[in-house]
Amino acid sequence: MNELWHTFSAAITQLASGDPMLWGIVGVSFSVSASALFIALLPALSVGFVLAYFRFPSRWALISLLNSLLAVPTVVVGLVLYMMLSRSGPLGDLNLLFTRPAMIIGQILLCFPLLVAMSLSAFQAADHRVLETAKTLGASPWQAFVTLLFEVRFALLAALVTAFGRIIAEVGSAMMVGGNILHHTRNITTAIALETGKGEFVQGVALGIVLLTLALVLNVSLGWMQSHSRVLRHGT
Amino acid sequence: MNYIPTMALRAALATLFSLMSCLALAAESIRLATTTSTYNSGLLGHLLSAYGENHTLEVQVISVGTGKALRMAQNGDVDLVMTHAPAAEAAFIDQGFGIEAHSVMYNDFILVGPKADPANVHGSHTVIEGLQRIAQVNSKFISRGDDSGTHKKELQLWQHLGASPTFSGYLESGRGMGHSLQMASELGAYTMTDRGTWLALKQKLHLQLVLESDPRLLNPYKVILVNPARHVHVKVDEARSFAQWLVNPEGQAAIGSFRINGEPLFVPAAE
Repeated sequence: MNELWHTFSAAITQLASGDPMLWGIVGVSFSVSASALFIALLPALSVGFVLAYFRFPSRWALISLLNSLLAVPTVVVGLVLYMMLSRSGPLGDLNLLFTRPAMIIGQILLCFPLLVAMSLSAFQAADHRVLETAKTLGASPWQAFVTLLFEVRFALLAALVTAFGRIIAEVGSAMMVGGNILHHTRNITTAIALETGKGEFVQGVALGIVLLTLALVLNVSLGWMQSHSRVLRHGT
Repeated sequence: MNYIPTMALRAALATLFSLMSCLALAAESIRLATTTSTYNSGLLGHLLSAYGENHTLEVQVISVGTGKALRMAQNGDVDLVMTHAPAAEAAFIDQGFGIEAHSVMYNDFILVGPKADPANVHGSHTVIEGLQRIAQVNSKFISRGDDSGTHKKELQLWQHLGASPTFSGYLESGRGMGHSLQMASELGAYTMTDRGTWLALKQKLHLQLVLESDPRLLNPYKVILVNPARHVHVKVDEARSFAQWLVNPEGQAAIGSFRINGEPLFVPAAE
């Protein structure tokens, strides 16, 4: 118990001291996951929208495929991407293996199906009259899409938070295609894996605290915004 | 596999990430795949800070098991390797994947185990006898099971007893040396480790050294360049200059001066 307490207090101290190596690692995690989310967002929402509002053959198959992709372990995504990006693989001359862009691609692949699935259900839950009203009022398809996005904004925010949580916490793909290179591709999760392997639990706990704090802040803000909007809407 | 991506996909990816790649390539750098035993012990950090005093070349380290390191080199994903598995290294060079192998240093393997030493490994004269005692009383033994240099060495030692170990206490962790030592400590098991990782970790472990100094336990490290004839893109000149530094007096002195808790971990051994 004493040991546990010492580890925790040492971790807090290390975070508070502004250890540049530690915060550099946190920075890698954030820039990689934020870039991946940013790149995946609009394409994923568009696919979700198309799946929700258009009927076409094999639509159900596409949805089933996306849902199956949700269950693929991150390390499998990492392995496939590794083989693609390796110098001996088909995309080897892009020279991307063991770089941040490779980690970003991996995380895009991981969050894309999640964003599509969650936006699809958000769009399906939205009132169809919103879209019809927008069209009646002369909105272009693009304006109608934006109107609908605004209508389901909280569900989409929840999708964003969930997707960000999935990719910033994943270790399999980041380790495989990033290579855990200090100052370049070492992020929170690969650093935890390395440090615990060295028996250095303090840094692992410190980085874990960062992840947990982040999850708390994101989810609490989301919850607050949702409840706040309900109050406004119902005037109570 | 070449039929999978279209040129369009390549072009799109290249455009999308060209800026970030440029940033990544701005500094002159090479990639070294090496083993967890040299990285987790802190040796690589020590060597690179010594190297960085007089050199601008950045050495990016990827720390994996020897098997995977050689595989990365075979695929041309790194510029050089530093590994410790003589047989696998010889095959790697014979197949034309590597050139200019140089001995860099050695340390040794040891057997560690629970403080009570239930198999009485301490009383054995050779490592083979020690392993035999562990198998006979069916003590727990953690094997790396990850095709690393340490794992290859361990399997080779078991071969002296006639066959691969089959006793039920024999467990494969599939992880690096640090994780495996922690697992051995938690389970009260024996394991074979390189001395470097042991010295770096032993204060956190409920284990003791039970056997050492058998000539069979010598652990030599080699540095090998990836053959540019196989992979034209490897930075062979830069890789060579770092490899040369390792085997020259400056690098050798840095290896010899590396200590953990006052104990030397590696013995410089350039020929």
